[in-house]
Amino acid sequence: MIEAKNLTKRFGDTLAVDTISFAVNKGGIVGLLGPNGAGKTTTMRILTCYLTADSGTATIAGKNVLTQSLEVRRCIGYLPENNPLYTEMGVVDYLKFIAQIRHIPRKKIKPQVKEMIEVCGLEPVLNKKIDELSKGFRQRVGLAQAMIHNPAVLIFDEPTVGLDPNQIVEIRELIKRLGAEKTVILSSHILPEVSATCKQIIIMNRGRIVASGTPEEMSSHARGGGVVTMVVRGPVEQIKDKLKTVKKVKNFTMQETEGDGQTRFEIISTGEENINEDLFRMVAENGWVLSELHQETLSLEDVFQQLTLKES
Amino acid sequence: MRNMLIIFRKELRIFFDSPIAYIFIIAFLAFSNWLFFRSFFIVGQISMRDYFFFIPWIFLVFVPAVTMRLWAEEKKIGTIEVLMTLPVRNYEVVLGKFLASFSFVMIALALSFSLPLTLFFLGDVDFGPIIGGYVGACFLGGAYLAIGLFVSNLAENQIVAFIIAALLSFALFIIGEDIVLATLPNSLVPTFSFLGLGKHFVSLQRGVLDSRDVIYYVSLIGFFLFLNTQSLESRKW
Repeated sequence: MIEAKNLTKRFGDTLAVDTISFAVNKGGIVGLLGPNGAGKTTTMRILTCYLTADSGTATIAGKNVLTQSLEVRRCIGYLPENNPLYTEMGVVDYLKFIAQIRHIPRKKIKPQVKEMIEVCGLEPVLNKKIDELSKGFRQRVGLAQAMIHNPAVLIFDEPTVGLDPNQIVEIRELIKRLGAEKTVILSSHILPEVSATCKQIIIMNRGRIVASGTPEEMSSHARGGGVVTMVVRGPVEQIKDKLKTVKKVKNFTMQETEGDGQTRFEIISTGEENINEDLFRMVAENGWVLSELHQETLSLEDVFQQLTLKES
Repeated sequence: MRNMLIIFRKELRIFFDSPIAYIFIIAFLAFSNWLFFRSFFIVGQISMRDYFFFIPWIFLVFVPAVTMRLWAEEKKIGTIEVLMTLPVRNYEVVLGKFLASFSFVMIALALSFSLPLTLFFLGDVDFGPIIGGYVGACFLGGAYLAIGLFVSNLAENQIVAFIIAALLSFALFIIGEDIVLATLPNSLVPTFSFLGLGKHFVSLQRGVLDSRDVIYYVSLIGFFLFLNTQSLESRKW
């Protein structure tokens, strides 16, 4: 549905987006994740035809953003960063204006605006001007604006910024429902948000894509595998020697020696399965005592920090 | 065409939804009427020559104040990102905004029709110059608006947009004036005299609709609107 090839965008001396490529299939929610200044907004602006890439191409629903800009814009709903709105306008007037300019047939404008009001929960503020609205309601107006023409692709730039926790949950639910039939790209620097809503994650840093995949894939791929914590009672040096001989152990560190002769190890596996069994066998064969053994998968936070801090 | 009309309606609505529009109109009418009646009773002449003499100067303040926010505000709030990612062509937006601000200035101008009406009841009026004056004011207003709209797109700040638009309009207005022409080499005089906004306004005020004046104004407006659509494209680079 969305395909970007080698997109590059430069602002003066800074390389905002550096030869990024990605593809998004129809249906599903994709999260664009990265610290501030990673190039998320620039990428989205290129996809929505607000900016033109210096080089590279992007297509949305098979249409080129450069040469078929109008067609692309027709099939996209876009919520820009900070959700800019015509604050002097009334809620209904604003949605009507968007519906008209989106060429929704005249007879359908009223029902469509009404539906958006219901879907986004705007009933309490119908007769107000936008500048009288709270941040949460403004966000809903922005979402209604993006969805009113029932677009195949929705692009949301930080849709939950500045909302309170309840509103965040509401918006997330809404986006999840949308993801059932539409292709949604959202950007965020809040990890739980992305892991809660997205099927596919693209992590960006300094204009480049540093990782992409499902949340689960990301966690297990980081550091090349899972981390196992093991606490054993036994002679430390011998344990160390034996650990080196276990095939599935890539690397390990001795964390601390606890009282009564127990030692805590942090073991990084090569990524193969069942490392726990091998470790257990090793301990049992040597007659040591195993008091703790568990495998940790990296949280998305760890992955994110590893990937983004490493480079900067 | 349809998009242009939708933008036009939206812009006009924003004008009249805010109190600023009414303050503008009242200020314009109060100011222009005062300038008219100030000399009216002293001179005792039934004509609007003085009124149209002041119009370019009133417009110099009034028109940039109308256009200053049209793009600068969209940029500041960020709504330009919503607007330009809608399926609209650049020129449709520019024309919509221009026509909305043009209508607004026309409405303000139309409300001053009480003046010729007053004259009509007072005595014998030569309507030729008056109609010519209004036609000239329309064209002059359009030219100022096109300049102001273009400048507003370059500036991020409304005050800056106002000042630069007023200065640019002023410069274009006076380059055809005799004071400026006197300082120029003879070979440049006809060109500058033709380019000046003021000369054409005076010419229309005589009550003669000269095609040269009309072509001048229409192409000047077209030129600045064209620059505006081009400068919209420049955000992408």
